[in-house]
Amino acid sequence: MMKRSAIAFSAITATMATAGVVQATTLEDVKAKGFVQCGVSQGLPGFSNFDDKGNWTGVDVDVCRAVAAAVFGDATKVKYTPLSAKERFTALQSGEIDVLSRNTTWTQTRDTALGLNFTGVNYYDGQGFMVRKDLGVKSALELSGAAVCTNTGTTTELNLADYFRANSMDYKVVAFEKADEVVAAYDAGRCDVYTTDQSGLYAQRIKLKEPDAHMVLPEVISKEPLGPVTRHGDDEWFDIVKWTLNCMLNSEEMGVTSANVGDMAGSDNPGIKRLLGSEGDAGKNLGLDPGWCEAIVTQVGNYGESFAANLGPETPLKIERGLNALWTQGGIQYAPPIR
Amino acid sequence: MSTNHDISTAPAKPPIWNDPVYRGIFFQVLVLGAVVLFGLYIFNNTAENLERQGIASGFGFMNTTAGFGIITHLVEYTEESSYGRAFLVGLLNTLLVSAVGVVLATLIGLLVGIARLSKNLLVSGIATVYIEVIRNIPLLLQIFFWYFAVLRSVPAPKNSIALLDTFFLNNRGLYSPAPMPQPGFMWIVIALIVAIVGIIIMRNWAHKRQERTGQPFHTFYVSLAILIGLPALAAIITGLPLAWEYPVLKGFNFQGGLVMIPEFVALLLALSIYTGAFIAEIVRAGILSVSHGQTEAASALGLRNNITLRLVVLPQALRVIIPPLTSQYLNLVKNSSLAAAIAYPELVSIFAGTVLNQTGQAVEVILITMGVYLTISLTISLFMNWYNKKMALVER
Repeated sequence: MMKRSAIAFSAITATMATAGVVQATTLEDVKAKGFVQCGVSQGLPGFSNFDDKGNWTGVDVDVCRAVAAAVFGDATKVKYTPLSAKERFTALQSGEIDVLSRNTTWTQTRDTALGLNFTGVNYYDGQGFMVRKDLGVKSALELSGAAVCTNTGTTTELNLADYFRANSMDYKVVAFEKADEVVAAYDAGRCDVYTTDQSGLYAQRIKLKEPDAHMVLPEVISKEPLGPVTRHGDDEWFDIVKWTLNCMLNSEEMGVTSANVGDMAGSDNPGIKRLLGSEGDAGKNLGLDPGWCEAIVTQVGNYGESFAANLGPETPLKIERGLNALWTQGGIQYAPPIR
Repeated sequence: MSTNHDISTAPAKPPIWNDPVYRGIFFQVLVLGAVVLFGLYIFNNTAENLERQGIASGFGFMNTTAGFGIITHLVEYTEESSYGRAFLVGLLNTLLVSAVGVVLATLIGLLVGIARLSKNLLVSGIATVYIEVIRNIPLLLQIFFWYFAVLRSVPAPKNSIALLDTFFLNNRGLYSPAPMPQPGFMWIVIALIVAIVGIIIMRNWAHKRQERTGQPFHTFYVSLAILIGLPALAAIITGLPLAWEYPVLKGFNFQGGLVMIPEFVALLLALSIYTGAFIAEIVRAGILSVSHGQTEAASALGLRNNITLRLVVLPQALRVIIPPLTSQYLNLVKNSSLAAAIAYPELVSIFAGTVLNQTGQAVEVILITMGVYLTISLTISLFMNWYNKKMALVER
């Protein structure tokens, strides 16, 4: 009798020890420490960039701020970790950051073997080429034999190899670890071509000595859907980040902006009521306050506002909405409904 | 009788738990066991975490197609090669820049170290300034300095600096003709090997003769003659079966020929100039450690200055120089990993950079990379220890 209970007891302690390995959920962790730890780039204007006033700005940064607004009702409760392309996944996998929002391309390998979950697409991008205008090149198909500068550890390196192989062209790749060195080497004439995502080309062109002496070639050689990432094994947190982005998209679609969100709260439209939490259980389903989406729109703005402020024609980057317009306006940004 | 009695009353053997020998063994086993258990715990914990997050693990990725290009490779490599092949390319690039760097750094160090002791104020002054400036600037900054200095000081491919229309220098690299061995070239290689073996035999013979009769032999000049003469003879007989592939400007860049890329040049300059400054100080310390009496004795025997340096001072100085020199060689090899910053495709840049990112298998990739550096460093250490033993003072 004694012996049997001793065995039972040790079995229970063993189970408890195993259970103890499972960590608290990310949401609990985030609430306990009081801020969202967000992985961003080391400086890419328009996406995540440290501005001259000492603030992080950009559409990727806005995702981080929106997550904080949804969780805490306060968009300022974010701490940023600038990461190189090489470090970003390890930082997320190891739990150093809670969410990675760093112009990261959604690919099958990353979504599966790397143990990550892509929560959506906040920018539809494609890889392009930039050359000096005085080279007289009009198409990427004229680039055979060129020296190409790019970053290590990105899909860019692989797309580049695929494109040149598919078109039987020669090339020499010069791959740097940091974007700043790529720009400096390209500017110093080490390469004929600079390749990265087209949005990145426009962003980095501002940093060149004579931005007007360079042009982006028309070819887009790859699909680069960029989006926020969370790690495997925590579906609750995955849902929160996913619906944060959907909240921003749905708000734009319904015409809810940071300026009119106060008036919209009194709207009779049931869709807007569900969005802003006066009807339905959207907040409760996510484990958040009913006003989660209202806080996002009030403090960060909807998707269109974020795009216009960071990338749009009014900014130095002058990027058109293009594919990133809503589906109702000829683009492919399409968020599932909140209901 | 009394001695017998003494033995029997000698202090009894203490019980086993009080015996210092057994106690020592017991605690060592205990510590070893704890370390092994800790290691196992770490290993299991990592494996379990990877498993739970659904992250792939294992070394199977080494056979997967890499799919990216590498600018310079000593062995055949294309985008269709495997990650394992990319690893080999990175490893060889590391070894190349380290090997050339070690030789250059040693030469610089030796020259500057001797110059620092020169009686000529200008020479010793320049050496001192070089050492103090270079030693006190971080290596990464020097690498960037050399990289952008190299890049900005040479023209674009269309305005290359040409020498005899054979060698071309531009900001894409230094282009030279590539030798293309034709059938029959083997004979020249064989002649070279025979020459080297012949020189070793000749040197042994000359050494023995000098010990026996005291007569010196012009070993150096005869060695040189054999080394150049034999392969040259073979080349004349076989009609020099060697073709050259010349670099030609085609489109954006030169095609064909051998190319030394600016990243390699910048890294090599930075590494050897930086390490050379440390080696110079080691050489100076080594020479100063040989007492002045030795030099005076050599002068008294009528030996000339250069012979005194070569036969009296340096052999004794080497005993002091070699151990710290080993550390500098190890530093140089490990510092070569900074190349990732300027796009020279060595081990860390290719394998712990691109491959790690494409496969996401950080633990395996970093383990392999650490293993490689450990192996290279231990090999250098072993060699230098052997050389040190050989140079050590043999007491008769």
